Amino acid sequence: MSHNESLYAVDVADLTVAYRDKPVLWDIDMQVPTGVLMAIIGPNGAGKTTLIKSILGLIKPAAGQVLIFGRPYDQQRHEVGYVPQRGSVDWDFPTSVLDVVMMGRYGALGWIRRPGSKERQKALEALNKVGMADFAGRQISQLSGGQQQRVFLARALVQEASVYFMDEPFQGVDAKTERAIIVILQELRSSGKTVVVVHHDLQTIPEYFDWVTLLNVRRIASGPVAEVFTEDNLRSAYGGLVAFKSQAGTVNSNNMK
Amino acid sequence: MEITQILHNLVFDYTLRTVALGSAILGIVSGSLGVFAVLRRQSLLGDSVSHTALPGIALAFLLTGSKAPLMLIIGAAVAGWVGTLFVLHIISNTPIKADGALGMILSVFFGFGLVLLTLIQKMPNSRQAGLEKFLFGQASALMVQDVVIMAILGGLSLVLLAVLWKEFKLLSFDPEYAVSLGFPTRTITIILTTILVIAVVIGLQTVGVVLMSAMIVAPASAARQWTDRLGGMVLLSGLFGVMAGVSGAVISSLTAKLPTGPTIVLCISVIVIVSILFAPNRGLVMRAGRNYRNRQRLITDAILLDLYELGVQHHDPYHAHPSSTLKVMSVKRGNILQTLRHLREQQLVAESGDDNWSLTVSGVEKARALADRAEEKA
Repeated sequence: MSHNESLYAVDVADLTVAYRDKPVLWDIDMQVPTGVLMAIIGPNGAGKTTLIKSILGLIKPAAGQVLIFGRPYDQQRHEVGYVPQRGSVDWDFPTSVLDVVMMGRYGALGWIRRPGSKERQKALEALNKVGMADFAGRQISQLSGGQQQRVFLARALVQEASVYFMDEPFQGVDAKTERAIIVILQELRSSGKTVVVVHHDLQTIPEYFDWVTLLNVRRIASGPVAEVFTEDNLRSAYGGLVAFKSQAGTVNSNNMK
Repeated sequence: MEITQILHNLVFDYTLRTVALGSAILGIVSGSLGVFAVLRRQSLLGDSVSHTALPGIALAFLLTGSKAPLMLIIGAAVAGWVGTLFVLHIISNTPIKADGALGMILSVFFGFGLVLLTLIQKMPNSRQAGLEKFLFGQASALMVQDVVIMAILGGLSLVLLAVLWKEFKLLSFDPEYAVSLGFPTRTITIILTTILVIAVVIGLQTVGVVLMSAMIVAPASAARQWTDRLGGMVLLSGLFGVMAGVSGAVISSLTAKLPTGPTIVLCISVIVIVSILFAPNRGLVMRAGRNYRNRQRLITDAILLDLYELGVQHHDPYHAHPSSTLKVMSVKRGNILQTLRHLREQQLVAESGDDNWSLTVSGVEKARALADRAEEKA
């Protein structure tokens, strides 16, 4: 299937999510153009993870709609790859690194069919790409945090998707691994994929990403980093807690005018 | 009794053969499927299924007036299944957590079952005697047709397990990811729960409502100690179940009035204890041994470093010192003389005169390497 160029990779309209009575996301509109590397930022409890999970259908929104390349998610699953937070699973589960990465092919396999040599091959390639080829046979409990993160990334890579959603892929990862991961994400972008990343470190936004969405229950701003990563927007998202503003390399809103 | 005699009886003694075969089937099915309950941290699910099955058994008898095992098993399965779906529903749709939901449903159903059993016992009817055997199980009453039913149902669940292996694995490891891939996790959960219900129900007549959950949890917990692969764990857990089932049947046949069900549970408990203590990687004994060796290594390294440090201060790496000097350099060094003697055996230190210790050439080399590594880390 070839995508219509004018279409957004991700188009979120009027999305509202509530846990019981408390709104977690309020009336979110967000368009992600095809081929960008986008960060979702916002303070703790801003609803970043919830936004990703609602797009992926893991959380049922109270209202709103999500389109992936112009169609509902149900019809576009094969176009979507997902990297959950690595703390979301039990790493003492009795399985090997290769096995976890092959799970990325389960969706394409469908019911009952078992992964075979083709899936194995793809999984090994992905492990090679994230620099974990030597760990294929390792029990997953023996991995460090950064290695776990790279295994999850490899698992998403074998999904061979067009849009990737990643929930804090840099969390608890050392500087070297962070570099390795961002290189892979930028490669994905240059091959035309769209990558959406929940991110925490404001300092690295201008360096790593070309698109950014600021979130705090409501959408504060969404667009190219050069336009929306401003002190004003950061202040609206984070309240008064933006002491990092100057080092963070934000675009100075005064200069913009 | 001779081992050959036991084997002879296993083959030719009708009762023992039937009981052992039934217990083996029960063991392999509950062992293999229990793995998923344990890995999904729903060990209590076995408890819930078995306890909620009790009113089903009683109702099946009240409704059909028959004690035919198939009827009672169907009753047990339906009640166990309904109760467990209640539990799953409560967990996913209310703020009540899994343990609370299990506790609630389990006790309500079990209480209701006990009420029905009492009611049945008071009925002026002689046919009812024997339903209480489901509380603690009565393996000696197993008939060939019971075993056949167990084998068919158990075989069916194992086939389903093999067919849906990939789905069950994904569901157990990362259910949210399974949803994102498009797998209907609700349906898979219900299928998995259903075959777990079957595993529990076929064991009720043998082991009983009260102890059946042990057969779900114990073999899997023991198997986890020995392997790091899901396949290995399921096979091993099934094997442990069979071992416990057959040995329980044999042991209780050797002693008069020893009930089979509890004996089976005791056998699996022995397997669990041995596994927790002596498994090569995760076993407590091996772990303690590893910890001890690590501590010893740290102590010897520390003493080498202390000697090296002293040498640096004296501008002579081979400068000798009494052990009391080393003693004051740090408190947590254990028995310093013993460690020094140990180091002498490795020719890393030498003793000149009485209690005067210095590094050897290889000792200096090793200490320098240790110091370098410590510096790198800092």
